[in-house]
Amino acid sequence: MTAQGAEPRSTVQGEALVVLDHVDKWFGELHVLRDIDLTIHRGEVVVVIGPSGSGKSTLCRAINRLETIDKGTISLDGEPLPQEGKALAALRAEVGMVFQSFNLFAHKTILENVMLGPVKVRKQDKAAAEQRAMELLARVGIEHQAQKYPAQLSGGQQQRVAIARALAMDPKVMLFDEPTSALDPEMIKEVLDVMVDLARQGMTMVVVTHEMGFARTAADRVVFMSDGAIVEENTPEEFFTNPRSERAQDFLGKILKH
Amino acid sequence: MEAVFSDFDEYLKAFGLTLLLFVVSGAASLVLGLFLAALRVGPVSIMRRAAALYVIMFRNTPLLMIFVFMMFAMPRLGVTFLFVEEVRIGDWNPSAFFTRASLALTLYTSAFVCEAFRSGINAVPLGQAEAARSIGLTFGQSMRLVVLPQAGRAVIPPLTSVQVALLKNTSVAAAFGMAEAAYYMRTSLNNHADQRPEIFLMIAIGYVVLVELVTLSSYALERRWKVA
Ligand SMILES: Nc1ncnc2c1ncn2[C@@H]1O[C@H](COP(=O)(O)OP(=O)(O)OP(=O)(O)O)[C@@H](O)[C@H]1O
Ligand SMILES: [Mg+2]
Repeated sequence: MTAQGAEPRSTVQGEALVVLDHVDKWFGELHVLRDIDLTIHRGEVVVVIGPSGSGKSTLCRAINRLETIDKGTISLDGEPLPQEGKALAALRAEVGMVFQSFNLFAHKTILENVMLGPVKVRKQDKAAAEQRAMELLARVGIEHQAQKYPAQLSGGQQQRVAIARALAMDPKVMLFDEPTSALDPEMIKEVLDVMVDLARQGMTMVVVTHEMGFARTAADRVVFMSDGAIVEENTPEEFFTNPRSERAQDFLGKILKH
Repeated sequence: MEAVFSDFDEYLKAFGLTLLLFVVSGAASLVLGLFLAALRVGPVSIMRRAAALYVIMFRNTPLLMIFVFMMFAMPRLGVTFLFVEEVRIGDWNPSAFFTRASLALTLYTSAFVCEAFRSGINAVPLGQAEAARSIGLTFGQSMRLVVLPQAGRAVIPPLTSVQVALLKNTSVAAAFGMAEAAYYMRTSLNNHADQRPEIFLMIAIGYVVLVELVTLSSYALERRWKVA
């Protein structure tokens, strides 16, 4: 909560929570993030959309420093992201992340997956952590599978567990990197329902997705990326019905055909 | 056969020393090797490079050279390990000589242990470590709680071959006068030139039994981790 006083508040949401300021990143010669300026406010749901290779995942991963950046700053709740070590781990505990490939811990049961962070990072006692984990599993509709291993669950169920695992840390913001693109169509809805629910309850979310239905019902803002740069930002309604940039029109034309 | 049975005590003592060398340098190389592997996959690039350099140096140097260095060069440099002779563990006390031999074996074997662990760690999908870090586990915690338990099973077969090689490599110490199994064989051969085939056979049986013990315990470990 330092230094952020001067930041303009552009939307109706709360104060700035995640601030990317002139962020650049290169993978060797490839300029994957180009001068990214993006402010995400408390309670806001931002959908990031764009063609393959445009840098959406990299942007998402940079916010919890799974990727380092070469220029600019990223801060969470007024604090710049720490470089390494304990401080960085502490920051990551505040940022939930949901991956395209779920990444549940394969050698641990569903319940253990959800309890690991609270017990090992937050040092909660086991009974309390278990009770909370069961509540979260109930919330995503997996309470009856608590003793199973990830491989025994369907993709949709695994992804809902992954959301519960992230929520167990009481994160300030949740990052979703294409959470439904590895799922069969009939499972997409069960995951999106959980996410819409989360958005309604005021969770701050950054969601990389091409699910326009989700963007329309849950997002406050759509950010369109192309070649590593943010090309256009707008409300979902405006963006989908009336894209301004040529690249966005082109991209929407392609995905709407399917 | 007589030659061996007439001084069976000596035979057992010699294999006892082989076993002791193996257990001490085996345990030490597992610890050092695991530490090196953690550095090699860790977040600090200087450490990654240092560990890689270690592996290159010790894996590519013949064990005999490392022994020569430990036995002859180190004392010249003033590192004698004489202080260990003060240490008593029960009624056994390590000689500086034993320490130098174990150290040579440990330094050499650790490079291979490191690579075995690293290949096991690399067999665990990267997403597991990323998920571990993203819930706020430190690097050490994510290794210990998420990556290594999954690497465990993949690691056992290569680690077993490394440890079997170590068991046999303890015989290099004979060249420097340690009275372990291979040394016993040489003196025994000299004393009983008429019974050479029998002596070879008995020594071979000794090594085979020890190696089988190592291999069987590794199978047992593998089975246990399979259920988990
Ligand atoms: N570790 C890496 N090393 C080198 N290049 C990378 C690495 N990760 C990603 N890239 C490249 O950076 C660019 C941006 O990748 P990113 O994964 O952020 O794109 P994306 O928008 O998420 O694409 P997709 O829709 O396919 O997931 C791509 O060209 C990709 O090939
Ligand atoms: Mg991506």
